Amino acid sequence: MKKIRNFCIIAHIDHGKSTLADRLLEFTKTVSQREMQAQLLDNMDLERERGITIKSHAIQMNYVYQGEEYILNLIDTPGHVDFSYEVSRSIAACEGALLLVDASQGTEAQTISNLYLAINHDLVIIPVLNKIDLPGAMPEEIKDEMVDLLGCERADIIPASGKEGIGIENILNAIVERIPAPVGDPEGPLQALIFDSVFNSYRGIEVIFRVKNGSIKKGDKVKFMATGKEYIADEIGTLGLQQIPKQVVECGDVGYLISGIKVAKEVKVGDTFTHIDRPATEAIVGFSEVKPMVFAGIYPVDTSEFEELREAMEKLQLNDAALVWEPETSAALGFGFRCGFLGMLHMEIVQERLEREFDMTVITTVPSVQFRVLTTKDKLLNISAPSEMPEPNHIKYIEEPYINAQIITKSDYIGPILNLCMDKRGVLKNQIYLTAERVELQFLIPLAEVVFDFFDKLKTISRGYASLDYELAGYQESDMVKLDVMLNGEAVDALSAIVHRSKSYEWGKKLCEKLRELIPRQMFEIAIQAAIGQKIIARETVKAMRKDVLAKCYGGDISRKRKLLEKQKKGKKRMRQVGNVEIPQEAFMAVLKIN
Amino acid sequence: MHLYIHIPFCKQACHYCDFHFSTNTTNKRAVVEAIAREIVLRKSYLPDGDMETIYFGGGTPSMLDEAELHFLLETIHKHFRVAPNAEITLEANPDDLNAASLQMFAKAGINRLSIGIQSFHEPHLRFMNRAHSAVEAEQCVTLAQNAGIDNISIDLIYAIPSEDHDILHSDLFKAFTLNVPHISAYCLTIEPQTAFGSWLKKKKMRPIEEEYAAQQFEILVKSLGEHGYEQYEISNFARNGHYSNHNSSYWKQHPYLGVGPSAHSYNGASREYNISNNAKYLEAIQKGLIPATIEALTPADRTNEYLLTGLRTKWGVELLKLDEFSAGAFALQSESELERMTRKGWIREDSGILLLTEAGKLFADRIASDLFID
Repeated sequence: MKKIRNFCIIAHIDHGKSTLADRLLEFTKTVSQREMQAQLLDNMDLERERGITIKSHAIQMNYVYQGEEYILNLIDTPGHVDFSYEVSRSIAACEGALLLVDASQGTEAQTISNLYLAINHDLVIIPVLNKIDLPGAMPEEIKDEMVDLLGCERADIIPASGKEGIGIENILNAIVERIPAPVGDPEGPLQALIFDSVFNSYRGIEVIFRVKNGSIKKGDKVKFMATGKEYIADEIGTLGLQQIPKQVVECGDVGYLISGIKVAKEVKVGDTFTHIDRPATEAIVGFSEVKPMVFAGIYPVDTSEFEELREAMEKLQLNDAALVWEPETSAALGFGFRCGFLGMLHMEIVQERLEREFDMTVITTVPSVQFRVLTTKDKLLNISAPSEMPEPNHIKYIEEPYINAQIITKSDYIGPILNLCMDKRGVLKNQIYLTAERVELQFLIPLAEVVFDFFDKLKTISRGYASLDYELAGYQESDMVKLDVMLNGEAVDALSAIVHRSKSYEWGKKLCEKLRELIPRQMFEIAIQAAIGQKIIARETVKAMRKDVLAKCYGGDISRKRKLLEKQKKGKKRMRQVGNVEIPQEAFMAVLKIN
Repeated sequence: MHLYIHIPFCKQACHYCDFHFSTNTTNKRAVVEAIAREIVLRKSYLPDGDMETIYFGGGTPSMLDEAELHFLLETIHKHFRVAPNAEITLEANPDDLNAASLQMFAKAGINRLSIGIQSFHEPHLRFMNRAHSAVEAEQCVTLAQNAGIDNISIDLIYAIPSEDHDILHSDLFKAFTLNVPHISAYCLTIEPQTAFGSWLKKKKMRPIEEEYAAQQFEILVKSLGEHGYEQYEISNFARNGHYSNHNSSYWKQHPYLGVGPSAHSYNGASREYNISNNAKYLEAIQKGLIPATIEALTPADRTNEYLLTGLRTKWGVELLKLDEFSAGAFALQSESELERMTRKGWIREDSGILLLTEAGKLFADRIASDLFID
């Protein structure tokens, strides 16, 4: 146990975490140059394309330091705000963390909130200044910032470049020297923290864990404490580049467990497992159920594909424990699913995975947060879809969720950021200068205002500098209204949204304009109307198509023309007929683009 | 059997045209020789049978001189059996037509002219960068008739931006006085790889307004009908059955051989098209190679092509043939669409033949694509 070091890397997206991880694996010969695919740890295509680690993984390295061989467990963490709970569990499995800061960009909100998490878990922080090889690097300024932030010595900061392989040995030595070995009772009852799970279509769910006390042997009978479920440890082992089956995983180490679990839902990140025969009296603290923040309907474009969609969703859930859903019916779209997501990115990922991995064409309805409604009969309702909203005369009041948002920016952009947050009904709570040029702003903002385009806007007005992190801050009463959209007089429930009254007119107007752009002209005129209750607040018209025929069709035009019309037909398949109007898939997401 | 010969040269580029042509005529003779060689190379492409139509298209085939035209026709006669009453069409521009050239064409055996008049309105001709004048446009038809060629088609372009429909009316009036048996009328279409296309992209030109184009089409169809021209295809009108037999072959799925750069061929099972580059075409043919890309047609492709071409014509499409081409898939996949479109009054069925209604003609492409099978 004295030779084990468990650590993670805290870094903002783009600050070079994956590249640095690659270098550590190379240097310790965990992986040969030949096996090295760029950014090894991100093994979903989608992750590599988006350049973010969605699901965390762990990997074990052996490192000889002063003649002694050490086991270094690198626990990878996701880098997006949607996945902050998973980050906190990864952190709980470590004794130390590399704080990786880009020498040209400095610390970001996400980094700082994760850093605080790590400090709260008593992790030893090793500050690393990365990308020092970049021409835009400002090592001295950023070092000042890191010293201020951590209260560390300048000399503690390790200059590095993942890309150029600079500082890798220093980092490995620091991991051994500075991060304490795990503590725990090897003889005590088993307590293992589940901090991740991976879906393998042949072997079921692979549980990734850290042994806090005791040890686990192959064939042991174990019990997951939060779910109460019991399993047999069919296979256990440690995680190299591939899994390395072992007879025993010792106290302090990180490993994987395979026990024929089929559904990701059964494995809750943060749960503890113990032996059935000699159970631990209590679970490792910090477990909480992941709660979805954003809700939206997902429907097949082709109604006949509902059962296929259900199968796809079930398969998706096998390795996405955070995704929750239940069947839902829409007057406009028929049968589909109401889904809960950790955030907008999570929602986009689910939609993309459905399309890529399962070849499903789906419509996602207007995303919503969960509101609380007290009815005139004093019944408290949780409303996560506009269609569930009671009639206004049955509502006593509506509450909406708020968040504490933490924004770190260059001080130059304070003005525009303040304006943005005010516009989003936010209230400034605090303003802290991290350095003379970098400031942390804390706002109380309705979650509904943040889920849509807030992050993109924040990035735009701050030229990419500002970063955001947030946590839920409870509910507050708000003057919300349900805004409906009608096409040729027929309400399309999938386009309804719950919005704040002060913004409803603007919302309605912009939404109608956007829909006018997105709905292609058809053989008849289409009236697009936005309404609150019976009152029409905005209207746009899509003019009827007058002709659709190309002038020439001779010998040389036929194959080109056939291909053109085939393409049109394909495009039509991505549309959904509501009443007599054909609505393209993108139109249902129009609300996300209204600004 | 049908033969198309693409003559890829023009005096100047019209602003709307995206056919393949070059304004550099230095290798014209060599290209003509290559085309003749291609005819020899490809003489077995089509099944045996008389050549019923021959069509010189372009480009501007009226730029061929006597020797070139003779050489090509001679080669054709040598390698194919040309039907005694074959329709032999030459596309011509008004500025190439005079007593001498017309006599030469007639002597060579050309018995049908397709004249690219496009408009009789001088500003519109200039707008489109045509090489001829309005006066030439009016005179050339009479010259051709005097030379003994009566089987004449003229091309007109409508929906050229204008404040009202007056110019269209006057263009049509002038066309009617010429007493030609065939008129092709095309809606001005802005293609990407043209001057208009580039202007549109740079916002130097506005797109053709759909409502305006639709109104012009309606005026045109009505007026031509009143003057005895039958709309036998969306853009083609004929008096007393003077249809273009060559073009009709495209719409009736007859096999045809196309020679020359960019020319397309069809043999029932596949379509192929030559490279759209004169120099590369020359180079290949000189090596005895045919620079063509071949696309095999699936049953769905054949069905869909039949739909998109056939529906445009007065002959419509035969349900039996659709089922034959698609091996029964059409009946299965398109039943509800057919019913929906019939209900909307876009198509009608007449003893096993599907036809567009007058209203449907405005939406021929959409109707065809909605009926496409997978």
